[in-house]
Amino acid sequence: MTGAARRIWGMLYRHLALYRRSWPRLLELAYWPTLQLCIWGFTARFIATRLGSHPAGPALLTHAGSAAMLAAGTLLGGVLLWEVALRGQTGVALSFLEEVWSRNLGHVFVSPLRPAELVAALLGISLIRVLIGVLPAVALAYFLYAFNLFALGPILVLFFANLLVMGWWVSLGVVSLILRHGAGAEALAWSVLFGLTPFSAVFYPVAVLPAAVRPIALALPSSHVFEGMRAAILHGSIVWSQMGWAVALNLLWGAASCALFARQFRIARERGALLSIGE
Amino acid sequence: MSLPPAIAVTGLTKRYDQVLAVDAIDFTVERGATFGLLGGNGAGKTTTIAMLLALLIPTAGSIRVLGHDMARDRFAALARMNFSSPYIALPGRLTVRENLRVYAHLYTVPAMEARIDALARDLDLGALLDRPAGQLSAGQKTRVALAKALINRPDVLLLDEPTASLDPDTGDWVRSWLERYRAESGCTILLASHNMAEVERLCDHVLMLKQGRIVDRGSPAALLERYGRADLEEVFLDIARDRRAAEASA
Repeated sequence: MTGAARRIWGMLYRHLALYRRSWPRLLELAYWPTLQLCIWGFTARFIATRLGSHPAGPALLTHAGSAAMLAAGTLLGGVLLWEVALRGQTGVALSFLEEVWSRNLGHVFVSPLRPAELVAALLGISLIRVLIGVLPAVALAYFLYAFNLFALGPILVLFFANLLVMGWWVSLGVVSLILRHGAGAEALAWSVLFGLTPFSAVFYPVAVLPAAVRPIALALPSSHVFEGMRAAILHGSIVWSQMGWAVALNLLWGAASCALFARQFRIARERGALLSIGE
Repeated sequence: MSLPPAIAVTGLTKRYDQVLAVDAIDFTVERGATFGLLGGNGAGKTTTIAMLLALLIPTAGSIRVLGHDMARDRFAALARMNFSSPYIALPGRLTVRENLRVYAHLYTVPAMEARIDALARDLDLGALLDRPAGQLSAGQKTRVALAKALINRPDVLLLDEPTASLDPDTGDWVRSWLERYRAESGCTILLASHNMAEVERLCDHVLMLKQGRIVDRGSPAALLERYGRADLEEVFLDIARDRRAAEASA
């Protein structure tokens, strides 16, 4: 193992050791995705049932029933995929906060671990957290609602990767704010990406949004992913232009986020914040 | 060709807005020496150590550790340094062994398990290795922190108040251990302390800081002689309270 790989593994090992002996942390990973899935799953089932029993006659009933099932599918797909971004973001931010809470950051930053290696380790932990958190919810969606996310096909990998990367760059922004403002900014670890939900077109198309906020939605990779997801579920087609936008926006925001992190890390070293970040 | 000094500091300055925390200090620590930073609260000891460890970027001046410029090549130096402070903890939910493994990976220590076993023998940690670090007593935590600080066999070891909050017996055990370790390893030690007896016992050379400036320096014996005092505590009080100037004017 090269020096860099060994240092990254050291940080991964630190968090894996923590999870291994902390069942509440493990439980928390799957808790929110499962809860969200249950809430939205039963909501979708209720709507599908109501539409399916529309009084307008058998023809409409069949049509409405099938439309309702598709609508339920887009809701469940939206819930599960948005959890990838949400868990990806909190995975990075909370792993960084674990170092702050354990007053261990000083030791980490005086070791030969490079900032980029620290970020790589946080991303690795985040990926593990996403898989542990979201896969049980995906399985539950299949058993409770007969919704198979994997039926989307190979394009699912692109959806997953784009949303995960979006969660990562948002979390780098959050870590930058924690470096700048200390633990006082820790509430952002849970709330920032949640605040982007209305603009991410998770449960409805961008066209539903008021014209004034559509540019905000279109500037987010998530809205393009979810437009793509709806096209895949409703029409069975892959809209490559949406995927292209998602990738390009992730590259753009990702670069901005890395630059922000590098700048805030340097400012933290100038202000002595790495010594007092837990306060 | 002679090796560069362990630590060479020139014109080191740190300013936070209106506060001058460290004011253009210069000092050199020779290899294998034990060097003490002495001073009251706010004298600039911790700020100086933070700059030596590259946790803090100086406003001006330069630091070279083992010949490496800390502004441009800090990671090469950091791999050969280590640090212990009672104010920076290790993750409390991880066992001692897991903590030592984490840092063995971060410092890319070869033969990691053998090194951990050797440190456990040396620092009497055998019974503690599989206990969570957060459940240890202050004395046990100090020994674990020392094991972490020695995991990479550092050439330069920085200790911030290594015996703070320890009972006299444990404090003496740590001091004896550091004396023996330095003699055996040839490691350079820089320590900041409020414990004058500790500094007198361990250090070859002492730097007295006050309000970010060096107000005196020398070996403990030379300082005692210069101030005409019986112990370093009296010397410290002379400097902290400007007692000599007061006595002269009286």
